Amino acid sequence: MSLGAVAEAGPGALSAGAAALAGQEGAGAGFHPVLPWLILALPLLGAAVNGAGAFLWRDDKRIPTIIGPAALLGSFAVVLVNFIAMSRADLHGAEVIGLWNWIVSGDLRIGVDLQFDQLSMLMCMIVTGVGSLIHIYSVGYMRDDPGYSRYFSYLNLFVFFMLVLVLGASFPLMFVGWEGVGLCSYLLIGFWYENRDYANAGKKAFIMNRIGDAGFLVAMFLVFTAFGTLDFIPVLEAADGTLAYGGALVTGITLLLFLGCTGKSAQIPLHTWLPDAMAGPTPVSALIHAATMVTAGVYLIARTSVLFALSPVSQGVVAAVGAGTALFAASIAIRQYDIKKVLAYSTISQLGYMFLAVGVGAFTAGVFHLMTHAFFKALLFLGAGAVIHAVHHAWAHGDGHGEGHGDPNDMRNHGGLRKFMPRTFVFMWIATLAIAGVPPLAGFFSKDEIIWYSGAYGYPILWGVALATALLTAVYMARLMVMTFHGGNRTFGQRGSAEAGRRLHEVPAVMWAPLAVLAVLSVVGGWANIPEALPLLPTVEWLHHWLEPVFAPAIAVKEAHGFAPEYRSPVGGGEALWAVISAVIAIAAVVATVRVLAPKPVPTEAEAPTGFARVLHDKWYVDELYDRAIVRPSLALWRACWRIVDAGLIDGAVNGAGRAARLLGWAGGQLQTGRVTTYLVAFMLGALLVLGVLS
Amino acid sequence: MAAALGLNGLIALFVSAILFSIGVIGVLLRRNAIIVFMCIELMLNAANLSLIAFSRMHGIEGQIFVFFVMAVAAAEAAVGLAIIIAIFRHYEVVDLDRFRLLKW
Amino acid sequence: MTAFYDGHWILTALVVLPLIGGAACLLAPEARAKTVALATTLVLFALSLPLFWTFDTAEPGFQNLVSIPWIEAWGISYAVGVDGISILMILLTTFTMPLAVAGSFSYIRRRERAFYAMLLFLTTGMIGVFVALDLFLFYVFWEIMLIPMYFLIGVWGGERRIYSAVKFFLYTAVGSLLMLVAIVTLAWIFQDGSGAWSFAYEDLVSLELARRAQLWLFAGFALAFAIKVPLFPFHTWLPDAHVEAPTAGSVILAGVLLKMGVYGFLRFGLPLFPTAATDPAVVNAMLVLGLIGILYAAWVAAVQPDAKKLIAYTSVAHLGFVVLGVFGLTTQGIEGGILQMVNHGISTGALFLLIGMLYERRHSRQIADFGGIAKVMPVFAFALVVVALSSVGLPGTNGFVGEFLILVGTFRTHPWIAAIATTGVIFAACYMLPMVQRVLFNRLDREENRALTDVTRRERLILAPLLALILLIGVWPGPFLNRTRASVEALIEHVETRTAGVASSGAGTVEVRLEAGLEAGAEAGGGE
Repeated sequence: MSLGAVAEAGPGALSAGAAALAGQEGAGAGFHPVLPWLILALPLLGAAVNGAGAFLWRDDKRIPTIIGPAALLGSFAVVLVNFIAMSRADLHGAEVIGLWNWIVSGDLRIGVDLQFDQLSMLMCMIVTGVGSLIHIYSVGYMRDDPGYSRYFSYLNLFVFFMLVLVLGASFPLMFVGWEGVGLCSYLLIGFWYENRDYANAGKKAFIMNRIGDAGFLVAMFLVFTAFGTLDFIPVLEAADGTLAYGGALVTGITLLLFLGCTGKSAQIPLHTWLPDAMAGPTPVSALIHAATMVTAGVYLIARTSVLFALSPVSQGVVAAVGAGTALFAASIAIRQYDIKKVLAYSTISQLGYMFLAVGVGAFTAGVFHLMTHAFFKALLFLGAGAVIHAVHHAWAHGDGHGEGHGDPNDMRNHGGLRKFMPRTFVFMWIATLAIAGVPPLAGFFSKDEIIWYSGAYGYPILWGVALATALLTAVYMARLMVMTFHGGNRTFGQRGSAEAGRRLHEVPAVMWAPLAVLAVLSVVGGWANIPEALPLLPTVEWLHHWLEPVFAPAIAVKEAHGFAPEYRSPVGGGEALWAVISAVIAIAAVVATVRVLAPKPVPTEAEAPTGFARVLHDKWYVDELYDRAIVRPSLALWRACWRIVDAGLIDGAVNGAGRAARLLGWAGGQLQTGRVTTYLVAFMLGALLVLGVLS
Repeated sequence: MAAALGLNGLIALFVSAILFSIGVIGVLLRRNAIIVFMCIELMLNAANLSLIAFSRMHGIEGQIFVFFVMAVAAAEAAVGLAIIIAIFRHYEVVDLDRFRLLKW
Repeated sequence: MTAFYDGHWILTALVVLPLIGGAACLLAPEARAKTVALATTLVLFALSLPLFWTFDTAEPGFQNLVSIPWIEAWGISYAVGVDGISILMILLTTFTMPLAVAGSFSYIRRRERAFYAMLLFLTTGMIGVFVALDLFLFYVFWEIMLIPMYFLIGVWGGERRIYSAVKFFLYTAVGSLLMLVAIVTLAWIFQDGSGAWSFAYEDLVSLELARRAQLWLFAGFALAFAIKVPLFPFHTWLPDAHVEAPTAGSVILAGVLLKMGVYGFLRFGLPLFPTAATDPAVVNAMLVLGLIGILYAAWVAAVQPDAKKLIAYTSVAHLGFVVLGVFGLTTQGIEGGILQMVNHGISTGALFLLIGMLYERRHSRQIADFGGIAKVMPVFAFALVVVALSSVGLPGTNGFVGEFLILVGTFRTHPWIAAIATTGVIFAACYMLPMVQRVLFNRLDREENRALTDVTRRERLILAPLLALILLIGVWPGPFLNRTRASVEALIEHVETRTAGVASSGAGTVEVRLEAGLEAGAEAGGGE
């Protein structure tokens, strides 16, 4: 067990920065985070300032323009310093910085403690790095929006919560971030709240996430009951001895945690919120619904890898759900026309890959794909945003024809944008090739590693599914590129390209510059973990070594119980061979799709797909199923509870009791005639009766 | 007990009982408020009579009670007659069957 | 300061001051009544604050004790004191009152003197309930409270105010009468044993009662408390009372009055009748009722067209959580329960204030009459969103801390019930978010809503402390939790030692190991 060394749990945060410098000299265990609280404080401060700005200086866009991205860049700088410091230090355990006691009750102690280890630092790099780029991009994208300041406030707040999620040293603190990012997601999906569908989408996301969160909560209760603490380090250290391998308890904990993951990371059966979440501004989709928040589930499993390693059943479930989701979502993506919907299903599919990876036990591969996916999917979304921005502006600034053009997200309204947006075109193709798995781009390495390990760890069916999904991925991405950038332009319908030439423009530098950075990352990102079988660069297995201290206990548990990779695929052949095969498949699929689709006319909106294509276009009718099987019966039940049980039975009984009392009073009142003589007779009879009884 | 009371005492008690019964019957059956009122006085006096009769046997207290009863009866007569007169002035009848003033 | 503020007179001052203030309100000119009331409540709050600072967190017993004989022949005394269970309740009361008064400034337009006097008389009753350490005195305060509340609903309420006021009064009176019987019986049992009458808490709590007697007496108390909480199925007075009550009435009802039921269980139900209160049948019944409250009330709330009624039902759900925590009988559960009572007072009080602000502007509480309000009332929208998030228990707000502690505590003894209760967090989102959306978001498509003005300076001053507390307790609940700790631990210890003493009960196993608990739960679950 190398996850050790709880550092001072007391409030030693402020002094830690000074100690860090000293720590670097003393090589060995000497890593002390520099200004760790600043990583969180800067985005939070940004959120507060921009939030105040949303009320106080609504129309002044200068302050949010500076504060929003600056908060992120500052945070990124601190993370970078710490990352470098950590890579220089020989750190085996995690470094925990305690800020203050949050909840203390009886034997329960939950501190606001930040955990610095290789995994959390890597995530911080991704979150603040990609986050910074997207913040900069947003300056251009949201320029004309009246809610500019509010937007940056939410976005900063999101990054804050995401960092809490990543850095939290205990389940509950991670849960703070977990629900906090859900809140920001809710607010940003419903950012244009005047549109009822958008507001509904936000609500749907929140509620579906809450279903998963309930699982997370119960998992925490089980952990606390079993371990007496909720801090990651003691729990994970004690897990191997406390919990029986494959026992009901560890399986229950991990499955409940995974329920949380399915909600947050949009896996079957809780995946339906993510496509709807595309209602938010596109940079939000890039940051929250592609690069960072939705990968939180993968992060959670990576963080608690020991627990999952202890439960082969849970591992199987995670892997199967991941692979199933990957294929399922990819099949839907093939038949979508909304550019963001394609990317949304693509995201679900790629998240499925990550779960497949952490499910089979290739934790490094899962985190690796998480990282590369953050680069190329953010790039794809931002590129799609650029397209939407351009089309929207082309329509909006027209000569009175702005009305009635339709949906700028719809790829049937794009086409041939290569001519008008050359930079975006190039960047988007880089990202497409990366996600399709074309070497030597990022996605090739990470995805290939996942496919390879799912075979090597002995899941032949999932291996096949993963390969098939890789093929579909190449197809739907190539289709997206063809429909958007190739062929003739359809933005202005019959009036042709002359109009388009005047109106469609490349986006400003503030928007394409972040694309360029991400494009570079999409190319080189995969080189961080070159497989041993293909030693093309000196960074062989770098990421693997970097994350080794985090995953070593889990791997040890797996190996102790006979789960070691076999280093051969289910049908034979080594890693290098299969890398080549999958690369060939990807390239072939891309080329074939472009060749087949490019000459074909794009169907108009009136031409509805038929047959199986329609099932895919309508997303396998999962939303409809949920609506009929769950939402409507629930509402009917709730109404019945109100009308029948509450107003009928309970209040009926209460009011009935009141009525009965009144009836009794009325009956008694009838005895009172008001005539003196009646009373006297009664009195006399009573007196006689009393006398009779007494004597 | 009869021996202690003596014959006169017994007669007094019988008279008292008869007077009381007349009073009761009058109160129950008559409708004129004045007569009902008189019957109540009759019952009080019947009680007075038996108190005096018993005071022969038990001492002076019975006679003291009689004075109390007479005082109360006088007060009652004053108040009761006043009420009856007030009712008569208002309704111009004193027939008890015509009144349901005690209801609610 | 400490010499002056030795605390012994302070509780009495808290009880008496509102009475004087109320009388002053009645005597003041109509236009000045609100000022007098606000000043009184602010002084009250200021007086109560040092209670918080000077509270000895290590002391499990009562602090600032005062006991003066009242009716000596019957052993009745004026005995008041404060401990970890009541300190937060007292502060919640004194904190809520200025907000309730200030929140009524523009809402109440007629019979102002009487209105503010009633509010202040009510305050006396409420604080009295929380400080009383003599069961007779407690009963007096408990009943006194009803009268001003009855008038608040009946005179200044909405259209069906008479029905609601009578329903409220009768419902609660029925419960408390049985409690009176139980109180007198207790005193009689004490007299039977010791020869002297006494209603003093410390005397009665030392009684060792037979199991059967405990069950009957507990039932008498429990009915009164269950109605006040309110536990399903005794909750139907609450939605009616809330809907018809004026804003201040709703705020106090939700903020303080509902807490008395659970407070009663903690102060009297558990310590006086430990065997009965830990009897598996009783505990399971209370937990299941709490659980039903959580789920059922959330469901009913989700389909309410009236915003105020919706919030009223959420109160039932929140208090269901509290009952769960209390009868889970763990430190976390009870501390969480107490904290959650405070949280509920803050967040639901704030919700009622916010809905009241809307009602003042639009004279409607129907959710369907609004939509897109965020456009014209951004500050209001911000406040409503924060408060709603606190109500659904989002981490970082106070609601989460309470709910988490309750659930984690209850899970240790009754894992299945706690696990099912956890789904309540889903349903909380199902009732709160649609309401928020339909009021604040969507298109602003009603003309009359366009002219709505955002919250005024006075309203901001009312909301600001509430929002601040929501966030403060959310991130730093320590000062609140550590004031309850000693008393709660003492309470649990008291209950455990007592039940261990009564051999026949067999209910002493408060700390059930996980496996055993899971099995028992599975059996119970199978039986349902």
